Amino acid sequence: MTEPLLKVEGLKKYFPIKSGILGRVSNHVKAVDDVSFTVQEGETLGIVGESGCGKSTTGRMLMRLLEPTEGTVTFDGQELTSLSSNDMRKARRDIQMVFQDPYASLNPRHTIEKILMEPLNVHDIGDPKERKKKVHEFLEIVGLSSYHAKRYPHQFSGGQRQRIGIARALMTNPKLIIADEPVSALDVSIQAQVLNLMQDLQKELKLTYIFIAHDLGVVRHISDRVGVMYLGQMAELADTEDLYEKPLHPYTQALLAAVPVPDPEFVREEVTITGDVPSPANPPSGCRFHTRCPFKMDICSKAVPIFAEVEKGHSVACHLYEESRPQ
Amino acid sequence: MNERKTILDVKGLKTSFFTDDGEIPAVDNVNFHIREGEVLGIVGESGCGKSVTSLSIMGLVPSPPGKITGGEILFQDKDLTKLSEKEMRGIRGNDIAMIFQEPMTSLNPLFTIGDQLREAIKIHKRDWSKKQIQERAIEMMKLVGLPRPEGLMKEYPHQLSGGMRQRVMIAMALLCDPKVLIADEPTTALDVTIQAQILKLIKNLNERLNTAVLLITHDLGVVAETCERVVVMYAGKVVEEGPVHTIFNDPQHPYTRGLLESVPDMRFKKERLYSIPGNVPKPGTIKTGCKFAERCEFAFGRCIEENPELYQTADNHQTRCFLFDPKEVQSHDRTVIKS
Repeated sequence: MTEPLLKVEGLKKYFPIKSGILGRVSNHVKAVDDVSFTVQEGETLGIVGESGCGKSTTGRMLMRLLEPTEGTVTFDGQELTSLSSNDMRKARRDIQMVFQDPYASLNPRHTIEKILMEPLNVHDIGDPKERKKKVHEFLEIVGLSSYHAKRYPHQFSGGQRQRIGIARALMTNPKLIIADEPVSALDVSIQAQVLNLMQDLQKELKLTYIFIAHDLGVVRHISDRVGVMYLGQMAELADTEDLYEKPLHPYTQALLAAVPVPDPEFVREEVTITGDVPSPANPPSGCRFHTRCPFKMDICSKAVPIFAEVEKGHSVACHLYEESRPQ
Repeated sequence: MNERKTILDVKGLKTSFFTDDGEIPAVDNVNFHIREGEVLGIVGESGCGKSVTSLSIMGLVPSPPGKITGGEILFQDKDLTKLSEKEMRGIRGNDIAMIFQEPMTSLNPLFTIGDQLREAIKIHKRDWSKKQIQERAIEMMKLVGLPRPEGLMKEYPHQLSGGMRQRVMIAMALLCDPKVLIADEPTTALDVTIQAQILKLIKNLNERLNTAVLLITHDLGVVAETCERVVVMYAGKVVEEGPVHTIFNDPQHPYTRGLLESVPDMRFKKERLYSIPGNVPKPGTIKTGCKFAERCEFAFGRCIEENPELYQTADNHQTRCFLFDPKEVQSHDRTVIKS
């Protein structure tokens, strides 16, 4: 197997909780707690999970928009976590991000041209004339027209704004795009347009995607491999087909069973989990899912399950599969 | 099953917003009815008028700028649009109750859950003793599956999770045994595992208490799972209405078909998603013709010139599309749209 484009090892992010008048750190919110995965060039890795599972924090740490507490991120042979902030800025030329809210992520006072030119200015790409040409070129690539360049964000609909967000991410010819819930603010019919656009661009420009979302249908559609996160940890990671057809982790099974299916004839399995996600400031001992797990054993509240391969390319962190692992 | 009595009948409802740009019709001549104990879904994308419809029923359209300009909303032979605010207050919460998308903004953060539940009972049941009120509140909390109700009564909304808050809202809505429960995107702010629990609860309560439910959502999965009948709205109009099985298995309006096609299905991978071209038109911009015509691949001359009506295409199934006009059926091959 070739060297992965992105390699994440033991990534952690602890946010301190300060209390009292002295602001002493009394505890930590373990937003991301020991997450490791790799991304191959040209593939789409989907990361799913419910709110508070740490998927967005993970995405931000990969670009060091948030400093990891621990762990390393290696991109294209270069360890990002040890770079100076200046070198990191240069490295971001190859890693770009698309955000969820196309209303909040575009400056309302700038024209689209200015917004799209910004990454070129920051990374000092081309001269002003070339930059302008490139803006117009990318507007067309994402399905808008070059006359849109003079307009302001409020003149566009949500779907068009998300296209602009994608165009901005593409301006520097990045290798990796981290998309954090890129379609969840959009209506279904517009969502399909943006997903199709992202797939076309991937083929054309040979992009690698990390696609963070909570919608399991969307993630299945776009991803080659999918990782499921729960309370700051990776519960399961496998090829998309494997994960959806034979999920191993009880959490993945419950998550898949809970999704409403647009087919009234479909009889779904009884949803087996109850209750809410526990607080990440005080996660359950042992396996973090044991408080809601229908297959809980004695060991689950005592020992942390190891996240490791059970079958080729299918990793899971669950005590149920401890024995079936290749030794 | 069709013998159940109609409990709420919306006829020709028109709700407009009066802005500097003139009158913007958000809901334009909408007709539908709910029968006793039925779960009816209204589905559509943002701006289709589904929420304004529900607010109109509750008499909660912000006025100004909003106003119900036409039509009637018949509930037990009373036209709700003609009632005074005082009379409406007697109906709201008592006969028709509503739950909203974001349970945090619907609960007062400064009062305990108990305070808020008790207040809601007190308003409608003035002659009840304190003990009766307390018992009723606890009974409802048990009914919606809230753990340790006595303890929760003393807690504040921020101490509860999103799913629990929505359960409190449902408990509050059902305090006075309403005949109709309007649920406006009740699970949109919740995670899927919690959503599944809340939907199960709503369905369960509908069966046990025989409360009719009007479920407003953008999520076709939620509709398929919970509703018996569906109303599909687009740009302030009902474009299709029918039993849930018919709508999902034999959708007729090009918009409904497009919408169903564009949802990524969790159960299998589609090669490429179908997408409806263009955007939802701004309310009020399309004056004549079918509002969906400019995005419709089957549109023909008449679609731009005339307003289509709802055509009966089967029992209980209606579609607002000229392709289903009996006059057009001969000239237009309907197999195109069935493919």
